[in-house]
Amino acid sequence: MLSVTDLQKTYPSGDEALKGVSLEVTGSETVAMIGPSGAGKSTFIRCVNRLTEPSGGSVELDGLELTGLSGKKLRNARRDIGMIFQEYNLIERLTVMENVLSGRLGYVSTWNAFRRNFDGDDIERAYEVLERVGLDGHENNRADELSGGQRQRVGIARAILQRPKILLVDEPTSSLDPESSRAVMDLLTEIAAEDDIPVLINIHEVDLAEEYADRIVGLRLGEKVFEGTPADLDETARGQIYRGEEIPEGAGPTGKVAAEAGDVGGVSSDEGEIRRS
Amino acid sequence: MATKQTDRRSWTRPTAFYNHYVKWAVYVIIAVFLLWSAWNMRISMARVMDGWDAAVGLVNGMFPPEYTTEFKNELLIEGLIESLAMSVIATIVGVIISIPVAFMAAENIAPKPVYWVGRGIITVSRSFHELIIAIIAVKAVGIGALAGVIALSYKTVGFFAKLLAEEIEDIDSGQMEATEATGANRTQTMLFGVLPQVMPRIVGLTIYRWDINIRHSTIVGIVGAGGIGATLLNSFDQYDYDFFLLIIIAIIAIVMVGELISTYIRGRIQ
Repeated sequence: MLSVTDLQKTYPSGDEALKGVSLEVTGSETVAMIGPSGAGKSTFIRCVNRLTEPSGGSVELDGLELTGLSGKKLRNARRDIGMIFQEYNLIERLTVMENVLSGRLGYVSTWNAFRRNFDGDDIERAYEVLERVGLDGHENNRADELSGGQRQRVGIARAILQRPKILLVDEPTSSLDPESSRAVMDLLTEIAAEDDIPVLINIHEVDLAEEYADRIVGLRLGEKVFEGTPADLDETARGQIYRGEEIPEGAGPTGKVAAEAGDVGGVSSDEGEIRRS
Repeated sequence: MATKQTDRRSWTRPTAFYNHYVKWAVYVIIAVFLLWSAWNMRISMARVMDGWDAAVGLVNGMFPPEYTTEFKNELLIEGLIESLAMSVIATIVGVIISIPVAFMAAENIAPKPVYWVGRGIITVSRSFHELIIAIIAVKAVGIGALAGVIALSYKTVGFFAKLLAEEIEDIDSGQMEATEATGANRTQTMLFGVLPQVMPRIVGLTIYRWDINIRHSTIVGIVGAGGIGATLLNSFDQYDYDFFLLIIIAIIAIVMVGELISTYIRGRIQ
């Protein structure tokens, strides 16, 4: 179970990317985080496994506080967190098998990693995972020979080879065509259900979020402005997340979160004005 | 119509200098410096004529190159082989030392103090010409190929580590982050997230540096650091100009072969 409380991030430039966001992800649920560009979605995910250092707040994974960990303890914590990236971030010049096995780096010695001397069980499992993501027979291809959709599936295979307690997914479909996007989302939700691990996804496409997520969280300007089921995400909520529109009195379940989140809804951008008129 | 004519706007290219006065001042300074240099050397016409006669004498003395004396041929082949061997060893030793130095000197992966140490090693290595290092090495370890290998390895570090460090600074950090995110340690992150990205460059630079080391290994012998250079200098000191020419031709041939090999290999890895 991932439990994030009051997470804050201020960049050295003074940009406040996150202004105290709290979130819980449990069981095998798929939580989709939506919001306009610059809302802090990526920062949030990267603060969880500390690729970005949060400025405040707490991140707990199964009761272990991750902020403040360093060295070996941080590396051991990262082994339990699988991450999938927008640009796949595969090691382009290595084979698919090396990429998948790199998910086990936290468990092998440096010398064995250099020799590519991985555990026999891990290799067996890598083959199984490659079959599962539909890339059997590709283990000796170089990662840069694959198509975008295939690369993202290698990225997923690498993450699940870690046997993670949670999957963090940062814009998995932004670089893919609609067809491959669906395939990737199908795979992710399938894995979450089968392996019983929760998934936290940043996503631009609201329709994909509605279709695949159990719960949707809306971020705007570093604050949580919406949290609810896909059914709760009505036009009012969208307006609030993407255009910063004010919530009409007594409007649906979104009103509750907006009240918690404070005065964010009050800021109405020029863009919003134009769109509404 | 007339008013429109006067309104017409003109345009001149903005100068790269601070303003046009500065520009002309810089030009004048360059011209004065050039004239002063020429005057300072006092090259007279008579001196040019004398020099010309001497040059013609030298070239006449060189032709035809001598390749008939067995003893001299052995001397030549021995020297060339030693030069070649020196260049190979110096390249391998230099590259092995350079790779860790390059990682130290890459700003994006090394902590600040380590970065400055790495940059320092590179700067010191680049500061001196190989002949200066060769003179010191000859004093330190004695006349012979070892001194040459030391000098060439030393220079290799400055060249190789600097260019490799720049390559490391240009890598796609996403691959490094993804490796880090799996819980890999620092060295593993370098092995998986960085090294594969710069591997073609390492091979290319090694070949390139070997090519340079072949050329430089023919010169360090002049100060006693082994290779063909000593033979070259001896032949010149003994007015044995035709043997001198033979050595020059042999050096050109070796360098050309080295260049062909390196062009071929670099073409293959691109």
